[in-house]
Amino acid sequence: MKFIKALWNPKLRSRTISYLVVVAAYILLQVMMATGNLSRLFTSLLVPVTAYTVAAIGLNLNVGISGELNLGQAGFMSIGAFTAVVVSALLEGAGVGALLRLAICIATGALMAAVMGWLISIPVLKLRGDYLAIVTLAFGQIIMSLINNVYVGLDPKGLHFAFVTNTIQMEPGGKLLISGPMGATGVSTASTFTAGFLLILIALAVVYNLMYSRNGRAIMASRDNRIAAESVGIKVSQAKTLAFVTASCLAGAAGALYALNYSSFAATKFDFNNSILLLVYVVLGGLGNMTGTVIATALLVVLPEMLRFLQNYRMLIYAIVLIVIMLVSNNEYLRLKMQQLKTKLTRKKGAPANE
Amino acid sequence: MKFNQFVKGGLAAVMAMGMMACSNSGGSATTTTEPTGGDAALKLGFSGPLTGDASVYGLAVQHAVEIAVEEINAGEGVKFVVNAQDDMADPEKAVSAYNALMDWGMQVSLLTVTSGAGQAAAPQYQKDNMFGITPSASSTAVIYADAENSANPYGSVFQMCFTDPNQGTASAAYLKKHAELGTKVAVIYRSDDNYSSGIYNTFMAEAEKEGLEVVSTAAFVNADTDYSVQVKQAADAGAEIVFLPIYYQPASQILVEANKQGFKPVFFGCDGMDGILSLDNFDKSLAEGLYMLTPFSADATDEKTQNFVKKYQEKFGEVPNQFAADAYDCVYAIKQAADAAGVTADMSTADITAAMVAQFTSMTFDGITGTSMKWSKTGEVSKDPKAVVIQNGAYVGVED
Repeated sequence: MKFIKALWNPKLRSRTISYLVVVAAYILLQVMMATGNLSRLFTSLLVPVTAYTVAAIGLNLNVGISGELNLGQAGFMSIGAFTAVVVSALLEGAGVGALLRLAICIATGALMAAVMGWLISIPVLKLRGDYLAIVTLAFGQIIMSLINNVYVGLDPKGLHFAFVTNTIQMEPGGKLLISGPMGATGVSTASTFTAGFLLILIALAVVYNLMYSRNGRAIMASRDNRIAAESVGIKVSQAKTLAFVTASCLAGAAGALYALNYSSFAATKFDFNNSILLLVYVVLGGLGNMTGTVIATALLVVLPEMLRFLQNYRMLIYAIVLIVIMLVSNNEYLRLKMQQLKTKLTRKKGAPANE
Repeated sequence: MKFNQFVKGGLAAVMAMGMMACSNSGGSATTTTEPTGGDAALKLGFSGPLTGDASVYGLAVQHAVEIAVEEINAGEGVKFVVNAQDDMADPEKAVSAYNALMDWGMQVSLLTVTSGAGQAAAPQYQKDNMFGITPSASSTAVIYADAENSANPYGSVFQMCFTDPNQGTASAAYLKKHAELGTKVAVIYRSDDNYSSGIYNTFMAEAEKEGLEVVSTAAFVNADTDYSVQVKQAADAGAEIVFLPIYYQPASQILVEANKQGFKPVFFGCDGMDGILSLDNFDKSLAEGLYMLTPFSADATDEKTQNFVKKYQEKFGEVPNQFAADAYDCVYAIKQAADAAGVTADMSTADITAAMVAQFTSMTFDGITGTSMKWSKTGEVSKDPKAVVIQNGAYVGVED
């Protein structure tokens, strides 16, 4: 009981709620799948939803907690995704089972994305202002253009690379893993909803542990007042780098999960629009609010598919829904009402309203 | 603050309930055309960009399928009921659309309209052993599991259109043969697009083989909106022909830019150019004299084409493009195969697929995009390419 109370104390409550929401959704969906109540369409959306959620959680750490605008999260997903494609093919050749393959791919994808994130952060996060937004925007575009021109083939001799024009000569039995603008083809899928669910839990654990740690406090202090933070001895650029690299690492893991869910995808999938979409999930879910991010991502990825019955008005309605959510969640009057309702409820319980 | 999170938790529950409610109707048909006959109809599905950038293609296919199915359902033999899903030409959405179609109970398919979407959806067809013939997804990755390598085809996926490599080869051969159009060729292509670079690569290879003089090549990428550099480069190189293996929206901007610079070569495109006359806010006079390699011309005099074009114009108020014609042929090819194999709606999907694949790899089909078409085991079609030129705002066939 004491343990539960500790989980419910104001400091940790939001964390507990995050985990509860994710676990409850997972159990509910598993039950629905087991009883055959979940259509193929929605079953097929489960893994992409989890992948986008992980990337959005990372982005929220970067945008909400660290206060730096990142417009290239999809670029980091792309790095994770294409790393995973190559690693997966190598592991498959070595006869590694699907689950282990997925785990290794996610780990390497995350690592690659984190390294790229770290490289970028070296010059950028030493600067003040919105430079990170500009650089990540460019980074996303550059990565997309680069991968659009990369050819990677695998044959019994090993990996072959070519750039811009496909000059790869392969032995019989070889196959192209990444073929320029066609993207990755013939990926053998390994992602599962359970893996995605675990990855969300890991992402939440990473982010919350970082937030509640000494480093996390330093990150938030740097966000709130850079000068004050520096004056008490916090290394602002270091704090921001930590948040940014963690965010890109999570995006890489999400990308790997996404990649091994589809047999074929192209680098153009991870374009600027995708980065903005992730940012929309974060903003609508609430900056710094991880539970909100999880829910907003799930809702907004699934919504266009739920609206299929509207035929060609689907995307129009989707846009309207976005605007409505934005207006409603920022409405002062509604907020006030919520606040009143909340005090009422807490009083009924007899607990002091002290938040 | 914390209460907010409670509310959002409630929202999650509502959302989940919404999903549950939707799961029963999730796969409901978007556009269904009920058959008039008494027999159970085969469920024919496809996805395409019915909204968004490439919607000209998706809508053309949807319209043509509607006409073909109406005709077929009024006649003898197999009947169809159609479900069209929107995929916005996005690979991820195409997989969702495919699953929505499977929820509906699709039995035969036109796959997808565009290549990128098709290459994401095609592996699912192999996995589920589902038959599909795409009207216009021309990338080799739609029919081969291994990009450009024909050794590993999906087997149950066929194409009504030429593959991209074949279009490049055919274009180069056509330009070589028709030296009266000009001899100095400039190419402007989109390097980050699988359709465009696919044609570009084989065009260049064939041009080298045939000894076609390519004086300039320039590339652009998706986000570009200014083509002055590429057009200037082609003009400076003294090009007489500008080969544009690209879709019609950037092509229209290139035409506008060339007009601005006073550069008047012969423009030559492939099937992606089709649709340029249906583009809103585009001065169609700029497209005069534009050549394109396409298997269909709406002014052909044969009865089938005339009938189709007339019906299409009556119903939708525009001249059908090649995508529409390919889709029309697809439906009729499926009908021919289904009739020949005696496929009925109560057969299992595996049986239908086996019967359809057997028919497609052995039959000969005469349609409006070509006669005596045949399909190889890899899913590629063989038919003769035709050239079409735009005259007085209409597509006109060019005699060989």
